[in-house]
This record gives sequence, structure tokens and C-alpha cells, in this order.
Amino acid sequence: MTSTDQRKKPATASTGTRARRRRPLRSRIADGVLPLILVVVIVAVWQAMVSFGGVKEYVLPAPGAVVKKMFSDFGTFADQSVPTIIAIFVGFALAIVVALPIAVAMVYSSVVRRAVYPLLIVAQVVPKVAIAPLFIIWFGFGQLPKVLMVALICFFPVVIDSMVGFRAARPESLMLVRSMGASRWQAFWKVRWPWAVPSIFAGVKVGITLAVVGAVVAEFVGADTGLGVLLITARGDMDSLTVFASVAWLTVIGAVLFGVVELLERVLVPRRGGRRSFEASGSL
Amino acid sequence: MASFVEFDQVTKAFDTGDGVMTAVDEMSFDLDRGEFLAIVGPSGCGKSTLLLALAGLTQPTTGQVRVAGRPILEPYTDLGIVFQGAELLPWRTALQNVMLQAEIRRGSKRESEARARELLAQVGLGGFEDRYPDELSGGMQQRVSLCRALLHDPEILVMDEPFGALDALTRDQIQIDLQHLWMERRKTVVFVTHSIDEAVFLADRVLVFSPRPARIAADFRVSLDRPRHLSARATPEFAGLVGEIREVFENLGVLTEERT
Ligand SMILES: Nc1ncnc2c1ncn2[C@@H]1O[C@H](COP(=O)(O)OP(=O)(O)O)[C@@H](O)[C@H]1O
Ligand SMILES: [Mg+2]
Repeated sequence: MTSTDQRKKPATASTGTRARRRRPLRSRIADGVLPLILVVVIVAVWQAMVSFGGVKEYVLPAPGAVVKKMFSDFGTFADQSVPTIIAIFVGFALAIVVALPIAVAMVYSSVVRRAVYPLLIVAQVVPKVAIAPLFIIWFGFGQLPKVLMVALICFFPVVIDSMVGFRAARPESLMLVRSMGASRWQAFWKVRWPWAVPSIFAGVKVGITLAVVGAVVAEFVGADTGLGVLLITARGDMDSLTVFASVAWLTVIGAVLFGVVELLERVLVPRRGGRRSFEASGSL
Repeated sequence: MASFVEFDQVTKAFDTGDGVMTAVDEMSFDLDRGEFLAIVGPSGCGKSTLLLALAGLTQPTTGQVRVAGRPILEPYTDLGIVFQGAELLPWRTALQNVMLQAEIRRGSKRESEARARELLAQVGLGGFEDRYPDELSGGMQQRVSLCRALLHDPEILVMDEPFGALDALTRDQIQIDLQHLWMERRKTVVFVTHSIDEAVFLADRVLVFSPRPARIAADFRVSLDRPRHLSARATPEFAGLVGEIREVFENLGVLTEERT
């Protein structure tokens, strides 16, 4: 059969699309270098303010000093990081484990959706960190209130984005697999789940950054160990250096966790043509 | 003997917010096994609803659709569907999209894959098996969708304005390809289209629907020889039939039949 339609040779079509996707090397290097230059400028200004501007160390310690502190007291920071990281992990996992089934239930049952969805929207407006003191009253100064705070704060973006994701599958695709005799289970795994994963990850990425906030806030309000505790105690002693170093370590933890999620996304999100993921939809 | 496919007084009403809307009202018609039926009718008159009822993906409010005498009460699986959009899963290659049919049915992977490759080659997509949908043109995507609908060699092929979104040249070619595939298999086809030309070119029989709720306004038999060539469209018989169908629409007060 001959054709009037574009039946190009595969090779040409392929090199065409690949080449269009890759941007010039120079522009990609600039993407990395430009923000780096900005960071260097900011740090230089900061250092100059401390060295020549006469800013007191307890107000603003020099960047060099902060980095030195991060490693000279590494043992303390490491010890205090452990409970914080555990709270983040457990709370985050709890949020996902609870959010996914609720999102699925909302997609499959209109009763559940109509009952739960309005509550979720309203609850999003409640400042979750304001509940932290209550958790301390109920659960004491241990890990539990921290875990619950983290879970609560991560829960909303994950549940809402997951629901958006589970509803993203096209109805025609679902009809097609039903006409192939697919069970609900098959329709879910072959169609709904892959459509949903990018959106779930969008929620999870927002969640993981909030998780760090949740853990630290819970530690501020009352806990016996954790980086947040270290930070709030240092503030009491006017020890700005430790405050800065704690913030720096929390930032490192947040960045690493975010990186791990991104890595996981890269492994799990099915390839969609050239793009890695669809437009993230949903909350925030 | 009863016909192969029977639409028996099929009524479908939708409960919209403000009252019940009757999309299809006591529609009855039959199809023989191996018949290529085209349905033309104005937008929103209930054509897609009827196709879904045949596929068992929606249940009539009253009435019945029967295939080989058995009422369709659940999704009917000895059937292939092609929608207007190709509905390919974007994370699957062309071959994997066709193979979805086999995966869901849990058929033998090796046999199905050989068949899938053969079908893709038959519609001119040999060499494109490993392409993702966004690397394929609209016409190619719709060919993949057609292969997916045919992989399990279904008795019935249901096509809902399958070529409506394609440009004219691509459309001509894919019509020829479809005729080829159909002549090899002689499956029962229900083909909904907005194009009178397309209906006459492809079908053995053309049903003309009135605006909603649809009635059968006319039932034409197309007895042009097969395989039909594009040049057949220039023949007086072809033009005559197209003219007659157009006239039915004019009499129905449907101003333009090429609605989108
Ligand atoms: N699930 C549904 N709920 C409510 N109304 C529907 C639904 N499906 C179709 N309709 C309505 O039924 C009528 C017929 O639709 P359809 O069968 O898609 O028409 P066609 O395919 O002929 O354009 C339209 O008015 C449409 O809006
Ligand atoms: Mg339609």
C-alpha cells in the first residue's frame, strides 16, 4: 500500500524530534552557571557586611563561620537530626498511606467524594501548624506529636493531587479496557494508575517540603529532642551561630529528601513520549 | 432467522439536572453478519449512545440490543472500538498500545505480538512499532487505534466518527486501508460519520438519522462494486446517492450535514 500520509522513514523522523528537544549546550551551561553566580554574589555581600560593615556576630554570623560550625559540631547536629528525620519519614509515609486510599475511594464512590471533598477543601484553609500545641497536650513531648504534625501537613497536597490524578484518565480509555473485558483491578493498574502517577508526585513533592516545616514547628512548640529543639534552645542563648547552622542542616535535609523524591519520580513515572511528566495539576 | 445484531426499541434517557432528556427514542434496526453499516446524522442525535449500547458500555433505559439473539447486559467483549480520538495511552509505544488488547484478555503474548506487528505493517506502520503516540501523526495514531480494535479478531467493529479529525488526504487513504482490512475479514461494522461521502464510500448500507431524539429518516443500500476506488466518487451512482442523502437532511431541516 502506498500512502499520502506522512510515512517517513523511521530514522529521519527520530533524529528530527530528538534534535529539536535538545537545547544548545551553551544555553544549558548558562542555566547552571547563572544561579551559581547569584549565590556567590549574595554570599560575598553577606561576608562583606560582617567583615567590614560591623555587624555583630550574634546578629549575623559570617557565612564561613556558619559552615565551620556545621562541621565542628557535627556530632551534635547529627544526633539531633535523627529524631527530626525519623519524624519526617514516618509522618510523611503515614500521610501517603492514608491519602492514597482516600483519593481512590473518592474517585470510585461519589458518596465518599461528596462527603469528604468539601471537608478537604475547608480543612486546607485551617493553618495546620496552629494545631501543634494541641498535639503536645494530647500526646506529650515525644515523637508522636511530631509525626502527626508532619502527617497532617503533608496529607492535603497529597490527597488532593492524587484525586486529581486518579480522575485524569480519559473516560474513553476506561471504556476501551472495559470492552476488552478488563476487571476493575486491571482498569486501575493499566489505565488509572499510570495517568495518576505524575499528579501524585506533584502532591508528594509539595508534601515533602512541608514535612520538614511540620517537624520543626512541632519541635518548636515542645519536644525533648530534634534539630528544632536545638534551634529554639540556641535562640534562647542568643547563639546565632548555632541557629544558622541548624537552619543550614535543615535545608540540607529538605533538599536531600526532595532529591530522593525526584529520583523516585524519574524511576517510576512512565515515559510519555519525549516529556517526563504531564503538567502537574491540582493544589498549590 | 433473526438478524445478527438487533436494536429492539432502544430508548435512552438521561437524567439531566432539569428534567429527563431522551437521547434515543424507541430506535429499532437490524444488521446482518458481515454488514458494513454507516450511520449519518446531526450532532447530538444519539449516535454515540447507540454505539455504546451495542458495546454494552451503557444500558438502554428501555428496549434491548441483542447480538446473535443474546441481549447485551454487560460490556460485550467480542467487539473492537475506534473512537474519534485515537485514545492511545501516551506512555506506551504503538506496539504496546495494540498489545493492550492482548494483555487485558491474557492471550498468548507471542501469538498476539506477531499479529500486532502484522496488523501494523498492513496499515503502513511497519517500522513505527516502537514509536510513542506523540511521535506519530494523527492519521498514524488512528491506524494504531484501528489495529488495537482488530487484534483479537472481533465479530463486530464499532467506529465512532473515527476519521473526523483527520485532514482530507489522510482520510482518503485511511478509508482505502479500512476497506482493505474489512474485505479481508468481512466483520460486522457500525460506522458513525458526519460525512455523507465517507458513508457512501465505505458502507453497504447507510442509515440517516433525524435530529434528537433520533428516528431513522432513511435507509439506503449502497451497491457499488468492491473494492471501491477513490475514482468511484466521481461516478453518477455515487453522486446520485450522496445527493439523495443530502436531500433527506434538507427535508429534515438540518441545514448543513457536515457538522462537526
Ligand atoms: N452520559 C450522558 N449524560 C447526559 N447526557 C448525555 C450523556 N451522553 C450523551 N448525552 C446527551 O445525549 C445526546 C446524544 O448524545 P450522543 O449519543 O453523544 O450524540 P451523537 O453521537 O449523535 O453526537 C446529546 O444531547 C448528549 O448531550
Ligand atoms: Mg458522537
